[in-house]
Amino acid sequence: MIAILLFIYGYALVKVFDFSFRRIRGITGVFVGFDNYKFVFADPVFNQSVLNNFKLFLVIPFIIFFALIFAVLLFEKIRGWRFYRVSLFLPYILAIPIAGTIFGYMFTKNGVINEILRAAHLSALAIDWLGDPKYALWTLMIIILWKEIGFGIALFLARLMSVDESIYDSASIDGAGWWGKLLFITIPQLRNIITFFIIITIINMLSWVFAYSYTVTMGGPGRATTVLELYIFNKLARSQTPNLGMASAASVILLLITVVFIVISYRVRRRGELVE
Amino acid sequence: MKKISIKGGMITKQIIMVIATFFALYPVIWLISIAFKDKNQYLANKFFFSWPLQFTSFESALKGGKFFLWFMNSTVMTIGSVILCTIIAVLAAYAFAKMQFKGQDLIMNILIALMVVPVVVLIVPLFILYTQTKLMATYPGIIIIYAAVCLPFSVYLLTNFFKTIPHEIIEAGIVDGCSSFTILTRIIMPLSGPPITTLIIVNALWIWNELLLALVFLPKDNLRTLMVGITVFKSKYNLEIPTTMAGLLLTTIPMVVLYIVFQKFFIRGLTAGSIK
Repeated sequence: MIAILLFIYGYALVKVFDFSFRRIRGITGVFVGFDNYKFVFADPVFNQSVLNNFKLFLVIPFIIFFALIFAVLLFEKIRGWRFYRVSLFLPYILAIPIAGTIFGYMFTKNGVINEILRAAHLSALAIDWLGDPKYALWTLMIIILWKEIGFGIALFLARLMSVDESIYDSASIDGAGWWGKLLFITIPQLRNIITFFIIITIINMLSWVFAYSYTVTMGGPGRATTVLELYIFNKLARSQTPNLGMASAASVILLLITVVFIVISYRVRRRGELVE
Repeated sequence: MKKISIKGGMITKQIIMVIATFFALYPVIWLISIAFKDKNQYLANKFFFSWPLQFTSFESALKGGKFFLWFMNSTVMTIGSVILCTIIAVLAAYAFAKMQFKGQDLIMNILIALMVVPVVVLIVPLFILYTQTKLMATYPGIIIIYAAVCLPFSVYLLTNFFKTIPHEIIEAGIVDGCSSFTILTRIIMPLSGPPITTLIIVNALWIWNELLLALVFLPKDNLRTLMVGITVFKSKYNLEIPTTMAGLLLTTIPMVVLYIVFQKFFIRGLTAGSIK
């Protein structure tokens, strides 16, 4: 029944460790110990990729902040909330390659964003969003924020539906304002789902950003927006001299980083439960 | 005094939502508006629709891209993978939820752990395996991979649901002389319509939008999926932005239509498995 599953994962996971210790020619190769790992760690592109993945974590607080505000406003059923809800979820439904391509054109030097900024007499802000290595990764984060926020809203909104409304009523009687309710009722009530969302998003930023990097910038300019997945992909399929050993070593490192983050978040979560 | 502040709050909230909706929708509106321009209209006005609407970009997009072929490829792969994954997931979840066998808990824990394995970690060994076995660049080859990647989450979700089906119903079935298989098809499946539908939609959406695996395992022009097709199309028409946008719009319409029709399931699917 689950033979197919065990086969794919089992084979692949064992082999990726195996390959990472070999210099591969064709389908296998000689055992070379930790050489592949040494090469990978000595490769500035690899180090930059890992750093870029970590930098992407910076977008998470923004996603949570905006998703929370929008979820609460939708939950309050302010006028037109149905329309707002459909609109705010739409980016999440669009495929990343499509969104990435659209934004790739919007953010060019003479693209529509800069034209709008210039028309608004904000020429100073009309930077080369994707062409300048200083800004490219930040621009990518804006795109990720735009795209991923819908998931956060959907999660938080679903959880809000099950919060006991009498808590809000008694808070209103006690004179709590909108921000007071958000800070002291909504956020504590939603703590578990927020933690869950943070964990999911961390995993995504580590191992699910290939399509952004590939379709918006191809990892460029230079290697400013190269992420680990793209590094592995390049070593496997796009490089003039494919190096499957190094690609495997990088894969193992990515797997280990992911596991470390999951263990950490699991610990944090448990400590949270103990406090409770 | 109090009334005014409530009204003021209402207006602020509306303003926030209008701005948010504008940001969420503008890239999509922009895509549509540019697709209906010709080259000169784009250079003259990059912000919004130009009159009269032009259809020349659609003509050149359809001439330059094999959208129909890509669409069919994506459809075949998505349907194939979803069918395979759903069948295995239903059978496996049935076994996990309603039967007892050796190592049950262990396998379930492994399954949960596999949910977080980054897909990119699997591609190097599978790439080597596939080049050896002629599965490279075939429909069955990629369908097996997609189904396997979708399985851990699918089995987990369905197992949790099947566990909520009361034992009494099944015992009644056994008394009436049903075999395990007829219990599954006659009793459990009819009760599981909503979760299975949700699962199918979530998996289909993921496979349809997937880029990395499709790039690596379908390196043949006539097997490209829609997502790979877009990236190729984009680099071919890099300077003819309206043509690219027309192509993107053609690929987006079916998805957006599906989203609006199945909105309820999409949103339920997005949050499935995370809310207890």
